[in-house]
Amino acid sequence: MENLLARHRNVTILVAVLFAEVVGLAVQVKRTADTNSSRLIRVWTVTAVTPLEKAFVATQRSLGDIWHSYFYLRGVRAQNRELQDEIEQLRLQQVRLAEDAGQARRLQRLLGFKEQFIAKTLAAQVIGSSGSDMSRVVYIDKGAGDGVKQDMAVITAEGVVGKVLRIFPTSSQVLLINDPSSGVGAILEKSRLQGVIRGTPNGELVLEKMMSDERVEVGDKLLTSGGDQIFPKGLTIGEVKSVSPGRDVFLNVRVKPAAQLSRLEEVLIITQVVERQPTQQEAQSAMRAVDILAARLPSVPERTGQPSTGIPLPMGVKPAVPKATEVKPGSGAKPPASGIAAQNGLAPRPRPKPAGTGAAQLTDEGVKVQGVKPKAANGAPAATQGVGASGASAGVPATVVPRKPRPKPATGAAAPGASNANQNPPKPGRGDANSGAAGSTPPAPKVVPPPQPKPPAGTEQSPPPSTPPPETPQP
Amino acid sequence: MNVSYTSREQIEVYRFSLPAAIGIPLVALFLQAFLPLRFHFFDIFDLPLLVTIFLAVSRRNPVSGLFTGSVIGLLQDSLTHQPIGIYGIAKTVVGYGASSLGVKLDVENSGSRFLLVFGFYIVHEVIYLVVARGMVGQDLAWRWGHMAFAAFANAALAIPLFLILDRFKQRG
Repeated sequence: MENLLARHRNVTILVAVLFAEVVGLAVQVKRTADTNSSRLIRVWTVTAVTPLEKAFVATQRSLGDIWHSYFYLRGVRAQNRELQDEIEQLRLQQVRLAEDAGQARRLQRLLGFKEQFIAKTLAAQVIGSSGSDMSRVVYIDKGAGDGVKQDMAVITAEGVVGKVLRIFPTSSQVLLINDPSSGVGAILEKSRLQGVIRGTPNGELVLEKMMSDERVEVGDKLLTSGGDQIFPKGLTIGEVKSVSPGRDVFLNVRVKPAAQLSRLEEVLIITQVVERQPTQQEAQSAMRAVDILAARLPSVPERTGQPSTGIPLPMGVKPAVPKATEVKPGSGAKPPASGIAAQNGLAPRPRPKPAGTGAAQLTDEGVKVQGVKPKAANGAPAATQGVGASGASAGVPATVVPRKPRPKPATGAAAPGASNANQNPPKPGRGDANSGAAGSTPPAPKVVPPPQPKPPAGTEQSPPPSTPPPETPQP
Repeated sequence: MNVSYTSREQIEVYRFSLPAAIGIPLVALFLQAFLPLRFHFFDIFDLPLLVTIFLAVSRRNPVSGLFTGSVIGLLQDSLTHQPIGIYGIAKTVVGYGASSLGVKLDVENSGSRFLLVFGFYIVHEVIYLVVARGMVGQDLAWRWGHMAFAAFANAALAIPLFLILDRFKQRG
């Protein structure tokens, strides 16, 4: 036996080494949950390789910065102008989106939904990869010492990148979403169909679990669904690249990732996600697109003694109380709304007043058209109409054209929050801008009385009479 | 008679200094991990495999070759997220085979090096796929076209690379 082993010494050693490796591999495969079984050798290798990678990346970045910041400045002016234009466009877009988001938050608050907010992120530099197309992982230069933990989501501005798989003292291993062992809960933006995004061996993304009778179209955007408990809901994953019939009853949906997974340089690690309900203030804090647009329009300078200025103010900024809304004992006018209750529309809303003029009134909700016929002040275009009205009618003295006097409520806010149509559903007959925007009853125009001499001090704060007389126009 | 291979007495056995023996595999691992980030096409190359083959055929010692392959493979495994040992097994076999072949063949000219690397790349990939599918349960597809192209690319890269690495060889 010894003779045989000595004669085939090389083969014996080969078999022994292979046997040891196979046993070691089998032990690791069996302990799938135990990621520390091979930690030592990984730490050694990563510790040996990552300092070199960090040094190379830092050197490369420094040289690149010097080149791009001091030498290669061709076309910077033109690019700057283009970027400025883009910023302007994006600002408007952002305001519109913020308005939608504010509305969504209000609805969520009403329904008691909890929302996930990305509270903290940590920027990291990609310094290395696995070097194998069988394992799609990258290494970042932030590790346990920087507060990185396992299963933290990693994103870029474009979209989802992956999750933190292993942590080392000064670096971390990130599993990309296009690795076959990766999975992300996804939802189609338009159809709201849910599925699972997986990687393929050749580095592509596929959307799994989509039934063949579902409607999935090329170009549909995919977002994270939040169901995997790793990626917060609503992050962009990519868009559908192709759809074809797959095996069994499922579709074969290929997805183009939004993030450039093969050219990663900087990433963001989501280190803290907060789950909470949107607060009242957040629901109110959105600035409306109309306010931004109106601020850009030319306006007529304010005339002394005019009831309205025509200068729109953004939502949340309290304008000076117009004289038309000042309390005049016996005049039937109501005190201006104040406080959170008024802003949120929790205070009773005013009844629509009789027809007024073409003057625009500044309220907390931005620009509100007053005194125009219901057709003009009606509906969702209140915002755009408001802009036009504010610019055109500024400075026009308010003249009252009584149409249909209606009894007023006992108490009310002169300027209810525009954004609370969802909290207090509009009642028929109420003529605030929201009811019009919601497409319900057209609001009746309000009366904007002409300027009156101020009553003696103290009378402004007096509560309105409990049963005010029907509003009549002031001469 | 045209001799296509050399006898044991005719072949030269090389050795490497300790810094070179440690540094060359480490640099290969580093470049393999770093370059694909900047040059995406580079992940088709397998520098650690090329270094394994080069060291094995230069030393012409099967035991040394298999240990070299084993260590380099395990280090390469440790940079991936998969269980350690898949590359280790594949490169152990390649190291053993390359050194055994180096004993019998003249592997100093470019043509034989090209064929050697082409063949061993395919052997390496086949072993990797068998182990990954059979033992680890990975759902890897056999991509023969990709494998042949990658083998060709690695063999082409091996020719200039081996010429550079020849400078580190010392006569044993």
